Amino acid sequence: MSEQTDERQEDQAPQQKPGRPANRLKLAKLRDLALIPPIIALLIYGYTLKPDVFLTKSYLVDTVLKYQTELALVVLAEALVLIVGKFDLSLESIVGIAPAVAVFLAVGNTSMLGAPWPTWTVLPVALIFGALIGLFNGLLIVRFKLSAFIVTLAMLIALRGLQLAIVGGATISNLANRVPVIDNLGSLRILTIPLSIWIVVLVFGLGIVVLGYTRIGRSLYAVGGNPDAARAAGIRVERVIWVTLIVAAMLAAFAGLMLSARLGSVAAAQGQNMIFTVFAAAVIGGISLDGGKGSLFGALTGVVLLGLIQNVLTLAEVKPDQIQAVNGLVILVALVLARLTSGKAQD
Amino acid sequence: MDDEQTPVVEAVGVAKRYGPTVALADGRLSVLPGETHGLVGRNGAGKSTLVGVLTGLLKPDAGDVRFNGEPAPSLGDRAGWRRNVACVYQKPSVVGELSVAENLFLHRQPRGRFGLLSPSKLRRAASDLLEEWAVPVAPDVPAKELTVEQRQLVEIAGALSHGARFVILDEPTAQLEARAIARLFDRLATLREQGVTFLFISHHLPEVYEICQRVTVFRDARHVVTAPVAEMDTDALVAAMIGEARELVRLGEDRSPVPADAEPVLELENVAVQGIFEPVDLTVRRGEIVGVAGSAASGKRELAEAVVGLRSRTGTIRAAGRTVRPASVPDSLKAGIGYLPGDRNVDGFVSVLSVAENTTMTVADRLGPAGLVLPKHRDAKARKAIADLDVHTSGPDQLVGELSGGNAQKIVMARALASDPDVLVLVQPTAGVDVRSKESLLGAVDAETRRQRGALLVSDELEDLRVCDRVVVMVAGRVVAEHERGFAEAELVAEIEGIGDV
Repeated sequence: MSEQTDERQEDQAPQQKPGRPANRLKLAKLRDLALIPPIIALLIYGYTLKPDVFLTKSYLVDTVLKYQTELALVVLAEALVLIVGKFDLSLESIVGIAPAVAVFLAVGNTSMLGAPWPTWTVLPVALIFGALIGLFNGLLIVRFKLSAFIVTLAMLIALRGLQLAIVGGATISNLANRVPVIDNLGSLRILTIPLSIWIVVLVFGLGIVVLGYTRIGRSLYAVGGNPDAARAAGIRVERVIWVTLIVAAMLAAFAGLMLSARLGSVAAAQGQNMIFTVFAAAVIGGISLDGGKGSLFGALTGVVLLGLIQNVLTLAEVKPDQIQAVNGLVILVALVLARLTSGKAQD
Repeated sequence: MDDEQTPVVEAVGVAKRYGPTVALADGRLSVLPGETHGLVGRNGAGKSTLVGVLTGLLKPDAGDVRFNGEPAPSLGDRAGWRRNVACVYQKPSVVGELSVAENLFLHRQPRGRFGLLSPSKLRRAASDLLEEWAVPVAPDVPAKELTVEQRQLVEIAGALSHGARFVILDEPTAQLEARAIARLFDRLATLREQGVTFLFISHHLPEVYEICQRVTVFRDARHVVTAPVAEMDTDALVAAMIGEARELVRLGEDRSPVPADAEPVLELENVAVQGIFEPVDLTVRRGEIVGVAGSAASGKRELAEAVVGLRSRTGTIRAAGRTVRPASVPDSLKAGIGYLPGDRNVDGFVSVLSVAENTTMTVADRLGPAGLVLPKHRDAKARKAIADLDVHTSGPDQLVGELSGGNAQKIVMARALASDPDVLVLVQPTAGVDVRSKESLLGAVDAETRRQRGALLVSDELEDLRVCDRVVVMVAGRVVAEHERGFAEAELVAEIEGIGDV
């Protein structure tokens, strides 16, 4: 039988034709830039709609980008998990539960675990809580070999329920006055740009360097592309997946804090339904659901594109009750466009 | 047999190529009604390609296939092919979750009232069919619960129910134990009396003598000989399979003998994997290539996997004097063991990553300071590997998935060499690659071991084993023989196939 598979393999891997190789690198880079033309087109379209405001810094920064910062971080987190070849649906619940727990312990109406804790604990508690969820997901997925999709779906539901129990269906509000970390995250500006945007730029920059130019980063691609080959090459496959799940959960927890900071509150439904947009942005940005493929820069352009679409739809005065349907259609169109410009199947 | 008989199947001048690889150059076969016809040949001889053509799954580039004197149906006419020929593969082709009855009548289930499927009719039809061919299996059992033996019988019955009286059996005994093989052969003899014709493919020559009347040998994509088994003894059959000494791949002839006091670079003491192979003692010295030959079930591949840390094992392994932790690939790498896996498509390379990434996967920590991977260093290493191994690629950035089999295998070899190992562990390094790539790959092993490395080369290909300074033969989990360079090839093949006097 081995004979047959080998022959098939030859069949699927045709000899390189001369001339084609030279384009290889260019194509790979092009995939990263595939969304730049539609982004420019949307900018131009937005400008024609509202020439006086659209291309001003205050609009683009404070209306478009600021509202995408949390999404961007969660997309980064999901991109890492997808590249390593797994799924994490629970990220959207972590966006809600991590700040909810941290804030609840600091300013909530409780005496559990010696609460109220000092307000400086909000940031570390949220991150540690996120990490613990990632650790637990990893335990089930890596150690017990359960399906990542179902494990994290169950976690999504369970954590959502836990959050309802903590927040009690109401909203913990007026946080800016009570928690300095939240206040800073929400209102601090550096060189007139909001802190949250700086953070996203920094984290993405760091992520691009780590994924592209470090040993651990490259091992993510190897594990996602072919775990058996990665294992045979001496990569500790299980550990890489586990660490990725923990890092992703911590990023989602931090994104949750930024969302709470922007809103000044923790709502019972914080993060709800976010995961759909996250996957849409990641796939439009060229991250493969099969693992091993995609770049963080591509994912970031996916986020920017979706953010622009939403704003342009508002500017175009699409009725609020129709905006969701139109948004879905536009995402489909964006997927098709990304497929056409990249020339590669999305999987 | 009567020469006037119209062959059940006749193939003439069948050719098939995949890009530069010739899978079949001159496929000829003629199977007479009521006989069991053996088809033998080493890996790559073109047997599977011929089966693909005979079953209508592959379109030949040239040649002609006739069934009972009639031209073969067009490729799209699956039902037409199924009336003429059926094939039972080594891999199951049943849907595990469905019952035996549903599998037998997949997509042609009997209908009952209102045109809906009728489970009772289905069960009755299935048990009639199973009874007709005396298959002792209940129709309600899920197919995944069948033994290999039962599954094969069910597949044969299913094939016969389509009207075909010609069945191809592709290595049906590979996964069966001795008693099951005996039962299968009894059954095949009965079916033959009922007028069923078989084409029987096997690597186990004694089986061919046991149940076949005639045998056809393929070698190097060509038909070599067809003869009644009574007129061909084992020696003649093996000679037909391996051919004259080939002029290509004469590598390693000028290797000087390894001095007996050369430093051991890989030492195995009582190394065993439970249920797979019994304790093995083996030493590879610097500058030595030690071959491990054996059939697929011999445990040779598992031995290699235990050495490189992919399997848990007992016993002691030392590489260049340092004891290696069991079941840890990173520790084996650190100890200086380089590994080329046996099936590059499974764990050899990451097809969506570039040549450079794959080449340097084992040494990602040596491409820059503090865990950084500098693309400049990586590409430089990759370029060196491309030049050293003569890889045909557009450059370090090309995806390995786009390379041909031989070139992809060179990348896997480069990955094994990248860590500058003291000892290379290679499993079937030339499987499914063309002749020129074979030369480069084996040439690399030859050249690298002259540089004071050692190599453990696990293979059942004679061309690989010829390069070795020493070859041990494994059968059923035990080392049964050891040969120095210059061994008699026919004897070695006989030992591997289990027909030697061992």
